[in-house]
Amino acid sequence: MANLDAAFSALADPTRRAILARLALGEATVMELVEPFEMTQPAISRHLKVLEGAGLIVRRAEGTKRPCRLAPSAVAEIDQWLAMLRQALAANYDRLDEVLAAMKTEK
Amino acid sequence: MSRLTLKTEGDRHIVVTRRFAAPPEAVYRAHTEPALIQKWLLGPEGWTMPVCISEPRPGGKIRFEWSNGKGEGFHLTGEYLELVPFSRIVHIERMHLPDPTPDNHVETNFKPDGKGTLLTLRMTVPDAATRAAMLSTGMEQGMEASYARLESIA
Repeated sequence: MANLDAAFSALADPTRRAILARLALGEATVMELVEPFEMTQPAISRHLKVLEGAGLIVRRAEGTKRPCRLAPSAVAEIDQWLAMLRQALAANYDRLDEVLAAMKTEK
Repeated sequence: MSRLTLKTEGDRHIVVTRRFAAPPEAVYRAHTEPALIQKWLLGPEGWTMPVCISEPRPGGKIRFEWSNGKGEGFHLTGEYLELVPFSRIVHIERMHLPDPTPDNHVETNFKPDGKGTLLTLRMTVPDAATRAAMLSTGMEQGMEASYARLESIA
């Protein structure tokens, strides 16, 4: 599960989450990412390196450009997140069960 | 037994179902009355909702503010679109993290189920990219809850 840990760390940063959201729309080069994020190219490259290391994006060689896209496994990470959303909702609804039980006894 | 189901539908929907022992009226009230909402809609362990505004009428405001008591927090704003007492709520909401997430359109249905209620939550986001972004944005929250759970298991 080392890769999952790396994915979590990679996703803890808002810029990296935004980069992933952008890549969900399609492939992009570093230069294409620099503009909307108003960051320097080295800064974007550092973020991409973290995302690549976490297995969330893949890059292909195309001359000097190395366009990035979402890795197929990123989709699996989203499934993982859905599992966590399920747990968070389950915790909320378990609490709601208690609230409902209390409402009943108050009547 | 897991009473909760959660699945994605197409590219833009997330559908959640859950059964409750209480009748629809009670479950509906727990979704619309601030004093009740503040008791359960809290997410990860350790979080509270110090501010809860819920005006259950069409056009009425929704504002939930969460805090972990350590200076961290975030909030959600939204508007009610449609309410059918004890059976259906339609609203839109967005998280502020602090930038607002795209609007999430949520239909909540409360159906009588024996002596209890079957709750169905259907979330619709503008497009697949938004859903992917929404899911990745929420990961931090989910992580915290998971780590907390891991700690309690360990």
